[in-house]
Amino acid sequence: MSNSPQLARPTAAETAAVAAPAPSSGAPGDGPRTPVRGHPHRDRAGRAFSTAATVAGSTILVTLAAVAVFLVLRAWPALSASPEELTEGIQWFPEGTTLLGFVGPMLFGTVLASVIALAVAVPVSTGIALFISHYAPRRMANALGYLIDLLAAIPSVVYGLWGVAWLAPRLQPAWAWLSETLGFIPLFEGPAANPPRVILTVGIVLAVMILPIITAVAREVFLQTPRLHEEAALALGATRWEMIRMAVLPFGQSGLISASMLGLGRALGETMAVLMILSPGLTYSLALLQAGQHQTIAANIANQFPEANPLGVSTLIATGLALFVITLAVNMAARWVVARRKDFSGAN
Amino acid sequence: MATLEQSAEPRSDRPTTRELLTRGDTRRKATDRVMAVVVTLAFVVALIPLLSLSWTVLSNGIGRLSPYFLSVSMRGVFGGMDAGGIYHAILGTVLVTGVAALISVPIGIMTAIYLVEYGTGPLARAVTFFVDVMTGIPSIVAGLFAYSLFSLFLGPGVRFGVVGSVALSVLMIPVVVRSCEEMLRLVPNELREAAYALGVPKWLAILKVVVRTAIAGIVTGVMLAVARVIGETAPLLVTVGVIDSINTNVFEGRMMTLPVYVFRQYAQGLVPCADGATDCIATINIDRAWAAALTLILIVMLLNLAARMISKFFAPRTGH
Repeated sequence: MSNSPQLARPTAAETAAVAAPAPSSGAPGDGPRTPVRGHPHRDRAGRAFSTAATVAGSTILVTLAAVAVFLVLRAWPALSASPEELTEGIQWFPEGTTLLGFVGPMLFGTVLASVIALAVAVPVSTGIALFISHYAPRRMANALGYLIDLLAAIPSVVYGLWGVAWLAPRLQPAWAWLSETLGFIPLFEGPAANPPRVILTVGIVLAVMILPIITAVAREVFLQTPRLHEEAALALGATRWEMIRMAVLPFGQSGLISASMLGLGRALGETMAVLMILSPGLTYSLALLQAGQHQTIAANIANQFPEANPLGVSTLIATGLALFVITLAVNMAARWVVARRKDFSGAN
Repeated sequence: MATLEQSAEPRSDRPTTRELLTRGDTRRKATDRVMAVVVTLAFVVALIPLLSLSWTVLSNGIGRLSPYFLSVSMRGVFGGMDAGGIYHAILGTVLVTGVAALISVPIGIMTAIYLVEYGTGPLARAVTFFVDVMTGIPSIVAGLFAYSLFSLFLGPGVRFGVVGSVALSVLMIPVVVRSCEEMLRLVPNELREAAYALGVPKWLAILKVVVRTAIAGIVTGVMLAVARVIGETAPLLVTVGVIDSINTNVFEGRMMTLPVYVFRQYAQGLVPCADGATDCIATINIDRAWAAALTLILIVMLLNLAARMISKFFAPRTGH
């Protein structure tokens, strides 16, 4: 890509575009001019255009910074209030806790739901990605990938409806069986709630919702495996599965990790499905099959926000700020792994 | 290895070398087959939610979906009345998403142009990195941001269409940038060089050659981005609110949107009907939620389909 030097410097171009007077009478052929720079009038338009492009690019950075700044500004009343003020001012604020004590259980619930989702989704989407990249016929691969992408197009509120109406009743017997046979493990401690508006159900629905993104990234990475590695493995007598284990999976490992982290970022921020399915409670309980134990930050915000008073809104925004920081960290780590991988991958 | 062991202690039923070379290890073969089944099963398992969800929404929603349902609002509808529709919600969704597209599309396309045609150095790298990071912002946080921004200037409790549009733009811009960037990079460099050789200034070459070549892909990308945000519920719940009547002014007053309508109807739950009441349907709210969900899915799928069509039929001929 050719970059003319006078256009590559946004700030210089910007000041030049503003400061330079427009020489409208400069007829072509009046004086010596370089063929590259062209008509001065046109050059001004070029600068304006490149400035506009640069400004648009910077908007991304400004927006992200603005999200952080405005959230902090609006959360400040809650961040600076004493626990007594919070308890008095907000109807639903638990008594005798600080803001941190309020966020803590929700943070726990958020992470717990996301970890369940990840534990279910990562093996399944690895399988799907392998199926599309190495098992399905080449001509069908695109269509199959599109089918999985359709899952990403479904709005989360519809997932919520489906989770309550279709999935939950079908999971109830399985959860009851789990609590009866494996109830001695704290995770599956009974009695299993009926209807199963529990965090394990939420985790399953979240897993379905993050399947497409993990699959999409994993598929891309698996397809990038150097053809020679695969053929070398097969030539040594490896079966297809051994070839995948020796050539494809090691090559795609870091891609798979970052794909999982992208999925984790999605699961952490998911609101509606959790709000519609989970029966909320603010504890640090590990019992996945009991109702009224967990709540996630996002679902709590959506639940309380419409009827909250100003201090309540500030408190909710403070919890939103915590969610923002966590998802930002997870996403940046994931993108960092992806970016680093590009430099060292053997594909190019 | 098997060959060595077996040749060390000869037996009467010793296989020939040819058999050894052509016959695979049965255990390894079995593992291979089992894993093939497991991998295929993973794909089949993923189809279960897709199929069951489509079927559930279709079978539950088709009953109430009618021209009447699409053409009336919820004004004056209460209790178990067999009435009410989603006209106001469709209108709100179109307006809020439309304004969001108006904000995001110019910014998104210009950012993509910056990244592909102009961007070098740390700023371009930072923008690329943070566009990716921005795709991961939770939608509810985008809603809180838009609310914080407007409430700081207009006082607490602001709820109107544009606030929701700003929230949706935060989610939409990175998607538009990503797809447009991909499309612009596909434009062959020869086209740019040919334009420069003819003395066309760079900005004009970008507008008239590069963007025009990639326009089908850009339109597809924008439509997919719209399809992506049109189903967002949480940010609209906190920024645009809920209302039962039609509001066409995006600068004033609450608006209903389709996804929020689905949630709202679901949250209202069953209606207590008096015994023997003839015009009272206990499940009316849930029924409306399903019908609205079906409408929403149909809109999203139509947008997706149209986008794919455009990219298929209007893609430039690449010549090889």
